[in-house]
Amino acid sequence: MSSTIEVHIKRQKEAGKQPYWEKFRVPYQASMNVITILQEIQRNPVTTSGEKVAPVAWDCSCLEEVCGACTMVINGHVRQSCSALVDKLEQPIVLEPMRKFPVVRDLVVNRQRMFESLKKIQAWTAIDGTYDLGPAEKQAPQHQHELYLFARCMTCGCCVDACPQYTREGDFVGPAALGQAYLFNNNKSARFQAEERLNALMGEGGIQDCGNAQNCVRVCPKDIPLTRAIAKLNGATMAQFFKNLLFK
Amino acid sequence: MAQSRFIVVGGGLAGLMTVIKLAEAGNQVDLFSVVPVKRSHSVCAQGGINGAVNTKGEGDSPETHFYDTVKGGDFLAHQPFCKDMCYQGPAIIYLMDRMGVPFNRTNEGLLDFRRFGGTLYNRTAFAGATTGQQLLYALDEQVRRFEADGLVNKYERYEFLGVVKDSNGSCRGIVAVDMDTLEIKSFKADAVALATGGPGLVYGRSTNSMINTGSAASSVYQDGAKYANGEFIQIHPTAIPGTDKLRLMSESARGEGGRVWVPKQKGDSRPPRQISANERWYFLEEKYPRFGNLVPRDIAAQEIYNVCVNEGYGLGGGNMVYLDLTHIPREQLDKKLFGIMEIYEKFAGDDPRDVPMKIFPAVHYSMGGLWVDYERTPDGFLDRKSPRVHMTNIPGLYAVGEVDYQYHGANRLGANSLLSCLFGGMVTGPAMMEYVKNLNGASGDQPGSIYDDAESRWKDRFNQILAMDGEENPYRLHHEMGEQMIRTCTIVRFNKALSENEGYLNGLSDRWKKCSVLDTGITRNQSALFMNHLWNMIELAKVINKGALLRDECRGSHLKPDLKMEQPKDQNSPEYKEFLDKWHKQNDEWLKTTIAQWSDEGPQISYEPVDTSIIKPIPRRYD
Repeated sequence: MSSTIEVHIKRQKEAGKQPYWEKFRVPYQASMNVITILQEIQRNPVTTSGEKVAPVAWDCSCLEEVCGACTMVINGHVRQSCSALVDKLEQPIVLEPMRKFPVVRDLVVNRQRMFESLKKIQAWTAIDGTYDLGPAEKQAPQHQHELYLFARCMTCGCCVDACPQYTREGDFVGPAALGQAYLFNNNKSARFQAEERLNALMGEGGIQDCGNAQNCVRVCPKDIPLTRAIAKLNGATMAQFFKNLLFK
Repeated sequence: MAQSRFIVVGGGLAGLMTVIKLAEAGNQVDLFSVVPVKRSHSVCAQGGINGAVNTKGEGDSPETHFYDTVKGGDFLAHQPFCKDMCYQGPAIIYLMDRMGVPFNRTNEGLLDFRRFGGTLYNRTAFAGATTGQQLLYALDEQVRRFEADGLVNKYERYEFLGVVKDSNGSCRGIVAVDMDTLEIKSFKADAVALATGGPGLVYGRSTNSMINTGSAASSVYQDGAKYANGEFIQIHPTAIPGTDKLRLMSESARGEGGRVWVPKQKGDSRPPRQISANERWYFLEEKYPRFGNLVPRDIAAQEIYNVCVNEGYGLGGGNMVYLDLTHIPREQLDKKLFGIMEIYEKFAGDDPRDVPMKIFPAVHYSMGGLWVDYERTPDGFLDRKSPRVHMTNIPGLYAVGEVDYQYHGANRLGANSLLSCLFGGMVTGPAMMEYVKNLNGASGDQPGSIYDDAESRWKDRFNQILAMDGEENPYRLHHEMGEQMIRTCTIVRFNKALSENEGYLNGLSDRWKKCSVLDTGITRNQSALFMNHLWNMIELAKVINKGALLRDECRGSHLKPDLKMEQPKDQNSPEYKEFLDKWHKQNDEWLKTTIAQWSDEGPQISYEPVDTSIIKPIPRRYD
């Protein structure tokens, strides 16, 4: 292992500006990750050609792959930079911002659209109030396990970054939101609003935009079975479609 | 009368629960957060949330939970907060269950509970090993629902800079900066809650998220808010060492049967599986037969430190011990601890189902924080009609969650933080509503000049920061401060080092002035924002250090080896009587809250009595 790491970073000063590349070389440390590389650049923001530049901007928070903030494209693959260990990456390490969201600066993007999608599908349980009404219904451990798989979605955006149907210009809600629709339609109380969710998914940007490329499950850092949710929702929206016709 | 305006700063559990309480009552709330709230630090809480639901036939009760909490905190907590919180525990867990949190279930379909530190009961509800994440998501969803209904307005990627005060010194709003554009603006409110979390980044590397700078708390401290018990910093016994952060390995690993050990042979370099049971030293189990690996965190961290640093039994002679789960069936680990199995695998590269984990203590949580007030009922609960509950000494400014100093005394019990954040939010929202009911004149009636003045003060501050082009690099300065604080102000504390730190920290303030801002742009200028964080972190470091220096005793997380009194085992012996006399003398002197107030010359420290009227303080024992 060489004692320094070379990293190439795609930078952009602000929205609408032309991106450009810069190269950095940082000291190697055992078990370091991409976050450590970016922190080293903050401590010494000088490119390989000796130019003093502004430190690279990137989002991060928990650094243990549970908040989703530090997602970026590393050597061509979308993933969290905290869990990208240098020892497992080919060099030079190439960092780029996510590809489906507006770039704010450097590696920082604005993923607000994903949160808007959660509103569209009513990703919540419509509780009556926060007062004490006792526990929810009993639940089979197997059912809890199934819901927990989907409840771990961090809204990190890996799935939409990899999805060919999710474009900057389009209005597809994307696999993450579909996974959440499935989660809430199977929750003991939130399922009472299942029809509204299915109807929302039958409109523009809904489930019919899925092209079944299955990239989403391949890149999901939490191994959420998104395609299973999409298949189940496909059946459910179809049934809802006929129900709507019959009871119009 | 115009509708009251409320601001909540911070979108973790405490902030979101405060928002929900306010919005549920029909109020408009402006919610500020440095990250989309779903990415708040509450996601990092792993093991669970306490509530004495007593579904395991053990005879657990809120009263016992209350006792464990107060004893766990070495009697430094104001007891009405603890009592009310513990009595609300079961209802809070039920509420989260109704919101859809996928808590683990028993075979009968009931909520499952597991053991945690500092108690002998199965009292901790959990969702795999990502309970904080699941609770936060449930609240995030409820707040999104209020947002869709137009009651909540989110300002995400906005950072709180300071409060706006009227001519009487009451809080009338805040000044915040749009992190993407560096635009600084004031926002009006009749009551403001800070739910901005802890200050772990003062130590550089900790189990905390990178957003936990304590900057907001420090800002209001420098503006007159009292900061209490700053020296009480919880060191979590089990974290994975790392170059960027120290990743938490949940106490639930031990709650599910995980065992801590080192080889009996110092420096034994064999792989752990080749070291037989009788060649292993399970030092926690040996020293604490009753609580074993589940002694409270302060004790577990101190014992691990002692075994490695003082006695030299650390793995390979270094500072690490084994946390061993390999005797537990894989399926059980996956069902109950999956989240942390995954973290260890991804970051340490080994499968903890096959190989014992290597861990060491790390800075984790601040029991101290902004001083907040309360009123109590005669039977020892919080007075829910009082506007003073969770209010700082700046009228109209509240603090809730890790940023406040209540509930946990000198040492927090595991799985009590999620509970205190949720409970805190549930009482802070209503207290804010009580406050505005009696408020003289709304924020809308205040002269515009108070907002303009506050705004321009912060604009000047940032213009000054943007012009800084000295030799020091702020990130390197931060790194250096963190390493210094870890060395001198964590598990063991010596007055000599703490006293030297005072000069060191003052020197850092001078060196801050010689920093370069590194970036002069306005679009997502993280360095300029960081310069502000760094200044604020240095001020908090002074508070932590000064409180630690002056507190000449051992209590909870605050350990001064030079002042440690060994407790004789036999409670009937004359030695014990002698110990008890000494203990009472010291306890009478030091059972008090440290209060720091900002001044030009550094923190001014005074003390306040603690309400210990319900449970009588005694020397803690867990053996």
